[in-house]
Amino acid sequence: MSSILEVKNLSKKYGDFTAVNGISFAIQEGEIFSLLGPNGAGKTTTISMLSTLYTPTAGEASVAGHNVSGDPMAVRNLIGVVPQELALYDELTARENLVFWGQMYGLSGRTLKTRVQEVLEQIGLADRAQKRVKTYSGGMKRRVNIGVGLLHKPRLLFMDEPTVGIDPQSRRAILDSVKELNHQGMTVLYTTHYMEEAEELSDRVGIMDHGELIAMGTQTELTRQVGENDNLVLHIDENQNGEILAAAIRKIHNVLKADVTDHTVSVIVPEAEEILAPVITVANELGIKIRSVDIQEPNLESVFLSLTGRALRD
Amino acid sequence: MKKLLLIGWKDVTLAFRDRTALILMLLAPFLLTLGLGAVTGRFSGASSSGISHIPVVLVNQDGGSLGNALVTLFQSTDLGGLVDPTLSQDPAAARQQVDTNLADAALVIPQGFTDSIIPAQGQTAPVPAVQIELYTNPTTPTSVGVVKTILDDFLSQIEVGRVGGEVAVSQLVQSGRIQVQQAQAIGLEIGARQANASGQSTSIILNNTTSRGAAVPFDVLALLAPSMALMFLMYTVSYGGRTLLTERNQGTLPRLLVSPTTTIQVLGGKMIGIFLTGTAQMLILILGTTLLFHLQWGDPLAVVILVLAAVFAAASWGMLITALAKTPGQVSTIGLAIMLTFGILGGTFINTDNMPAWFQLVTKITPNAWGIDGFTTLAMGGGLPDIRTPILGLVCMGISIFAIAALLFNRRGLTER
Repeated sequence: MSSILEVKNLSKKYGDFTAVNGISFAIQEGEIFSLLGPNGAGKTTTISMLSTLYTPTAGEASVAGHNVSGDPMAVRNLIGVVPQELALYDELTARENLVFWGQMYGLSGRTLKTRVQEVLEQIGLADRAQKRVKTYSGGMKRRVNIGVGLLHKPRLLFMDEPTVGIDPQSRRAILDSVKELNHQGMTVLYTTHYMEEAEELSDRVGIMDHGELIAMGTQTELTRQVGENDNLVLHIDENQNGEILAAAIRKIHNVLKADVTDHTVSVIVPEAEEILAPVITVANELGIKIRSVDIQEPNLESVFLSLTGRALRD
Repeated sequence: MKKLLLIGWKDVTLAFRDRTALILMLLAPFLLTLGLGAVTGRFSGASSSGISHIPVVLVNQDGGSLGNALVTLFQSTDLGGLVDPTLSQDPAAARQQVDTNLADAALVIPQGFTDSIIPAQGQTAPVPAVQIELYTNPTTPTSVGVVKTILDDFLSQIEVGRVGGEVAVSQLVQSGRIQVQQAQAIGLEIGARQANASGQSTSIILNNTTSRGAAVPFDVLALLAPSMALMFLMYTVSYGGRTLLTERNQGTLPRLLVSPTTTIQVLGGKMIGIFLTGTAQMLILILGTTLLFHLQWGDPLAVVILVLAAVFAAASWGMLITALAKTPGQVSTIGLAIMLTFGILGGTFINTDNMPAWFQLVTKITPNAWGIDGFTTLAMGGGLPDIRTPILGLVCMGISIFAIAALLFNRRGLTER
C-alpha cells in the first residue's frame, strides 16, 4: 500500500505559542488513522494545516504527492473535510446546503443531482431534505455536516471530532458510517479525545499531547509500550489526599507507577489482583477510605496515562 | 466566475430569508418614504400624484379686476398641473374644507380688495387696506408653501405695478407730458394693465424644463425616495459584509477555503452577493414607489445604470467596513454609524446645497451624495448624459475603496486573525 498522506516535521506557531511541534507520520491508502489526544493537543490545528486552511510554520505535508502549501488546489480536490463545529447554512435546506457545497467542489448537472440524492439517503435524511437545517436536531445537523464532506467522493477524508456533543444514538450512527466509508475504500484521518472511538475505528492511532505526537502505532503496538500491565484504579473521597496514598503505593513491591487524577489514583502493575490487598492495607493505615476499585486491561487510556501521567480527559 | 456567482447568489438567498434584514432593507425605507411623503403633503387630498394637484378653495368676494385676476391666475393652464382650484361663495365652508383635509388651503379675497389698491375713478380719499386671507392645513406644509408662494408672487407683482405706476405718472406729470388732471385716469389704466399681467403669468417655476425641452412635474418623493433607499442601502452593504465574519465564526468560511475555491473567489463572491442584494433592494424600492406612489424616477435605463453604480460604490464601503472590523458586532456598529453619517452628509436629512463649499466637498465621499444628485437629475427629466459625473464618481469610489479593502484582507487574512 502507498502513502496517501505524508507529514514531516510539521509545526505551527502563534507568536510564542507552539500549537503543533514537529510532528511526522504517514497514512496508507484505505486506512483509518486516528489522532487521539485531549482538548488543546493540537489535533484541529494539524487538520487545518493538512487541509490547506492554515499555512505551516515549518515542515511539510503532502496528499497523494501534492504539497499542501505548494499545490493547495490539487490537495483540496482530493480531500474532504468534516469540521468539528457544524459548518452549514441554517437558513438553507439540507438539499440546498448539499447542492451549494457540491457546486463548490465542482459538481454540476446530473452528477450533482445524483450525488446529493445518494448522500441524503446515506445520511438518512432523504425524506426531510426540504426542511431548513435550523429546524433539525443536533444529530441530524451532524449528519448533514458529514454528508457535505462526502459529496465529491474524496480519496482522503478528514474528520475532526465529529461526535462531540451529540446523543449516543447519533454517535453510533456516525461511527458505523465511518466504518462503512472505509469499507468502500475511503481513507480516513479521524481525530478524537474519546479512547473508545479510536479503539473501535482505527487501524492505527497517533497519540498527541501539547502539540507533539508522543506515540503512534496499532493498538497492539501501543499497549505493548506500556507492557502487559494492568491499571488498578482507586476512587477515593473528595476530602482524601490522593498524593499521600499514591506515594505510599509506589513503595509496594511490583508497582510500576501510581498517579493521581482528581479523586482517582491509577496504579500500573503487572497483576492488579496481587497488590489489591496491600493497597487496601496501606490506605487503611493512612486513614484513607477507598470508595471503589476498577481493574482495567491495557488500553489506549493507560497508554496515554503511562506516557503523560494524565488521563485523556484532563 | 461561476463560483463567484454561486457564492453571491447563496448570499442573496440568505439575505432574503432573514426577516430582520428584510425589514431594514425594504420595509424601513419604504415606510420612512411614506411617512416623510405624508409630512410634506405628498399624499394629501384626493389626488395621489403629489404636489402637482394641490386642492385650493377660492372665495372671490371682491369681484374687482385684481380679485378676478387672482382667480384667473389659479385657474390658468400654467398652474393647471400644480394646483387644483375650486370656487366657493362661503368663506366658512371653504375653511371647513381645509379643516376636514378636503383642501390644503382656502384663499378668501374680501370685498374691496381691488379698490384698496386701485381707487375707483373720482375717488380721492384714502382707502383702508384690505387683506387677503390664506387659511391653511398645517399637515401639508409643502403644499401650503407652494400656494403661499404663488400668492406672494401675485401680490409682489401688484405692488411692483402700483409703485411703478406711481413713479411713471409722477414722471409724466413732472415732464409736462400729461396734466395733473389726467394723472388719476392714466394711473388707473397702468394699474389695470398690471393686474391683467399678474393674472396671466407667474414667476413660480415648479415645472422643470429638461435639456430636451420636455416639462417634467416636480415631485418631492423624487428626492425622498432615493435618499431613503440610498441610506438603507448602506445598511444592506454592511449586513452583507457582516456575513463574511459571521461565516468565519460559524465555520462555513473555513469550509469554503478548504474546498477548491480561492480566497479571491470567496471575496469576489461576497462582493457579488452584496452587490446583488443591494441592487435587488434598490430595484424593489424603485418598483414599489413607482407602482404605489406613481413616482416618476426618470429614464429607466439611466436609473438602472445609476443604481448599479451606486450599489457598487456602497458595496465597496461594506467590504471596507468588514476588512476593518474583527467581529460581526463591530460591523453592525460601524455600519450603523456610517449609514447615519452618510445619510446626513449625503443630504438625506438636510439640504446640503446651501452648505459651505468645503462641506459639499466632504459629502462627495458618500455614495448617497452622488446617488441623490443623479436620481434627482433623472427625476427632473435628465437623461444618461446628464448623470455622467455621478456615475463616474460612484464607479471611481467603488474601485478605490474596494482596492483598499482587498489590501486589508490580504494583510490580515480571512481566517487567521
